[in-house]
Order: sequence, then structure tokens, then C-alpha cells
Amino acid sequence: MHPALSVILLTTAIGAGQGLFLAMITGQLYAIAHFLPVQEGQFYAFGSLLALAFLLAGLGASFFHLGHPERAWRAIAMWRTSWLSREVIVLPLVMALAFVYGVAHAFSWTRPLFQIGDALQVDLTLLLGISGTVATLALFVCTAMIYAAVRFLQEWHTPLTVSNFLFLGTASGFMLAAAYSAYLGNPLVTFYGTWAVILTAIGSISRFMHLRRNDRLKPKSTLQTAIGIRHTQIVQKAQGATGGSFNTREFFHGRDQRLVQVSRYVYLTLILPIPVLLIGLSYVITSPRLPIVAFCLQFLGLMIERWAFFAEARHPQNLYYQSVS
Amino acid sequence: MTQLALVIDLNVCVGCHACVTSCKEWNTSGWAGPLTDYNPYESSPRGTFFNRVQTFEVGTFPNAETIHFPKSCLHCEEPPCVPVCPTGASYKRPDNGVVLVDYEKCIGCKYCSWACPYGARELDEQQKVMKKCTLCIDRISDETLPERDRKPACVLACPTNARLFGDIHDPDSEVSVAIRERGGYQLMPEWGTKPANHYLPRRRTQFHIRPDELTRVDNPWRKEDITPYTGEETIDDMAWVGS
Repeated sequence: MHPALSVILLTTAIGAGQGLFLAMITGQLYAIAHFLPVQEGQFYAFGSLLALAFLLAGLGASFFHLGHPERAWRAIAMWRTSWLSREVIVLPLVMALAFVYGVAHAFSWTRPLFQIGDALQVDLTLLLGISGTVATLALFVCTAMIYAAVRFLQEWHTPLTVSNFLFLGTASGFMLAAAYSAYLGNPLVTFYGTWAVILTAIGSISRFMHLRRNDRLKPKSTLQTAIGIRHTQIVQKAQGATGGSFNTREFFHGRDQRLVQVSRYVYLTLILPIPVLLIGLSYVITSPRLPIVAFCLQFLGLMIERWAFFAEARHPQNLYYQSVS
Repeated sequence: MTQLALVIDLNVCVGCHACVTSCKEWNTSGWAGPLTDYNPYESSPRGTFFNRVQTFEVGTFPNAETIHFPKSCLHCEEPPCVPVCPTGASYKRPDNGVVLVDYEKCIGCKYCSWACPYGARELDEQQKVMKKCTLCIDRISDETLPERDRKPACVLACPTNARLFGDIHDPDSEVSVAIRERGGYQLMPEWGTKPANHYLPRRRTQFHIRPDELTRVDNPWRKEDITPYTGEETIDDMAWVGS
């Protein structure tokens, strides 16, 4: 498949935004459970507004993917069957919840509404946080299922696509939360940094298993099934056009196969070992900048990872478009 | 229920591209058009087509055969492109099973083209909407046309009659009979899309050569090397008369 920059930016940016939003909620839950010091409302407010900025950036990038962005509102119509439609519904919902969650913290709408048991006082921010968590997880599933639901793209048609999107996105968001805390000089940087490392490790294992699975994949469609001729030697000589076409542009990445191989080592390094080293180092020297560098490098790695995700998918239609002549 | 479809006979397709050009001509100026072309007279022309003829070589020289393989949207009975469309622009007509795109609703997200394993859909570069074979829906459903003209442009244009058109759910239709009697098959059956269009396989042809046909026999009427020509008027000379 041809990797479109708009889709790469969309999926990586909203992944980081969703992860950061989850990180803010996690921080609040830990504080409620007295595992962490309670933060001022401004901390959660700015954090979720930063998450909103990433979600908005992703949404903005997605418009560049459309031939008719002015009709994008129509995309909510087929939510019963289309994962893309579901994503288009859930993404604004997550954005709205991130916004309201931030506003509720900014204006300290924290008067308890009711109480569960002896200790748990439920206020508006907690309710918004829980709905936000559900919506965010649903958005991860919707985004990933757009790809995982295409059964002809065998490289994508696996639950590992969903777990990659979920864990790598959350990892990048927690890394962003660590960078944000470091920038503020907030002690939560160790908490977020540690979770970021754990989630990055899980995401990397998931992606590694995904790569191993794809390396062993046997294409279900062959030239024989594509044109229905049972002979072992079939070579395409012409494709009905002397130039390229939509089919040759959209379904081929147009790069050397070695680049796809090399990119694998590059992104695996950028996603896991480098950020982990930087986070570890920042604990030792209490640097306010290293977690920011860690996030930026990991985000770059995730963009390369998403590029490779597209480039390594081999669409069966390519069987009909093997040589331009 | 009616399911209109094309049945393409690979045994007689000669790869002349008459179906491609007639399809382009009819549809570029009709309901589904324009089918834009870019750089048509330059080194890398490109454009939108509903129908392309691809050529495959089967076997190794000298025991090779050339297969001309026309392919357009197969109007699947379980079209994977329809449920993925977020706007409902991609739909299957309930009355005749033709898969169509509503160009007013299409947002050009290309998701349907990803979901089609056959590569039958092409995004029009100028209109930025997804286009595909309509089975000439404006023509086959036009009641003002005489019955024999209510067929897709490609079918009418094919000089070897390699393309049949009809309802594959009607067991007595020309296409159903052809599929049944001549081993019609579907493309990529492993995906369960149940394409409505079928292909008729190539048939083994026996070519009998008698041994005496392998050696050249001189024309008994005219010995080439020893024709005694003495200047009289021959049939060859007659051809020049009057010029």
C-alpha cells in the first residue's frame, strides 16, 4: 500500500492525544486512591487541552486524505457497518470529553455529587474521566479496526493491529505526559515515565509479534486464483495502460523493498531502547528536557512505524498490476 | 432477484481493447463521466478507466499462450466495498444487483478501493470521487432504447462476441447457460465475495497436421523456377492494365 502522510499523521497524532488524555485520567485516579499526590486542577486542565491539540492536529491531517473534505460530515451515516464511520463519530466525542474534562478541572468543578462506599467521592471530573476512558479505548479500536477489518490485506487482518494501535498510542501519550510533567518540573514525571516504559515495552512486543506473523504469511490470493488459470508459470506482460493509474499509485509504496526492511530496525530502535534510555537517564540527572526528547524521538519512530505498516501491506489487486507496459 | 452481470469468454478475447475504448467513450460523456485523462499524448499518460484489458503469458516459451484478460467491476453479490463506505455512497442496487457509487455523496476517502481485492475502483483525479464500472446502468435501464441496445457499451462493441450480458439468477438466460455449460468461474473465490461476473475458460483446441502438409509442395500449376516466360500476356501482367 502507498503510505499517505495524512493517515500517518492522523493515527500517530490522535494516538498520542488519546494516550495523554488517558494519562491525565490515570493520574487523577491514582491521586484519588492516595498512591500519588493530588495535583492542582490546572495540571489536568492543561494536560487534557494538550491532548485535545493533538487530537485536533490528527483530525486536521485526516482532511487532507479526502477528495471532498467539505462533505466529511456525511461520513457518520454508515456507523452500523463501517469502522471509518464509527471513528468519525467517536473522534469528536473524545475531543469533546477531553475539552470538558479540562474545563471542569480548570474551573474546579470538583464538588462531590454523590458518594460510593465510605471514601469514594464522585465529582464531575471523575464522571467525565471515566466516560473519557471508555470513549478513548473505543476510538483506539475504531481506528485500528479500519485496517484490521479489511480481510484481503492479510498483513492488517489480525487482532495484533488493534493491540499495536492501542499500546503504541497509549505509550506515546504517557511519554508525552512524562515530557509535560518534566517541562513543568512536576514530580509525576517518574510515574508517567515508568508507565510509558511499561506500555512501550508491551507495544513493542505486540509489534514484534505482528512482524513475525507477517513474515510467515502466505498470500491467500495468487495469480492463479486472480485470473482463474491453473498453470504454475504466469507472467503479466501488459496491464492495459502504458502509464500509471490509480491502481499503480495507491497500492504500491514505490520504494525499494530494502528500505522497508531497514525502516523496521530504525523504528524499533526509536520506539523502544532510545526513549527508555533517555527516560532512565532523566531520572538519574533529573533533567527537565530529556523526557521531551524521548517523546519526540519516539513519536518520530511511531511515524516511521506507521509508514512501514502501510508499506508492508500487499494488496491482492497488485496481482493484476505487476508491470507497466 | 435479478443479478445482472457480464460473462467474459477468454477463449475468444483477442485483446483488441474495443471494449475499453467504447466503455470510455460511452461513460465519459454520460451519467458517470467525465473519466479524465492526464498527459494523454506525453510519456506517462494516466487516466480513469472502468475496464482494462490485461495481458498474461502462461507457460514458458515455446509452449506459451497469451491470455488477454478484460477486467472491470465484478458486481459482487457480497460486495466488500459497500459496507466499508462511511457515507453510504457505495451501494448495490436491490432491483438488479449493480454496484454503484453516488458521486454526490462520495467524500473520496478511498476506503472502498482498499476493500476491493480486484482493484476495480479508481479515484477520478479531477472530480476526486471514486469511479467504477456501472454496467452502463444509464443504458441498460433506458426503456426508450430498443431492446437489443439495452446492453453495456463493451458488450455491443466486442467484435468477437467475447462478452455476454444478462441475469445470472435466471437459469435460462444466455449467461447462465454459458456459465453452466462452459465451466464459467469467478475470480478469487477464496474471499467469498461471490463476483457476479464470470469468466469462461480457454478450451483446448486440437490442430491436426498431416505429415504431407509439413513439406512444401510446389504449385502444380506453376513451376516457379522453370516457368517458360516468353513475353506473352499473363495474368500478372493483366493487373497493370489500365494504370
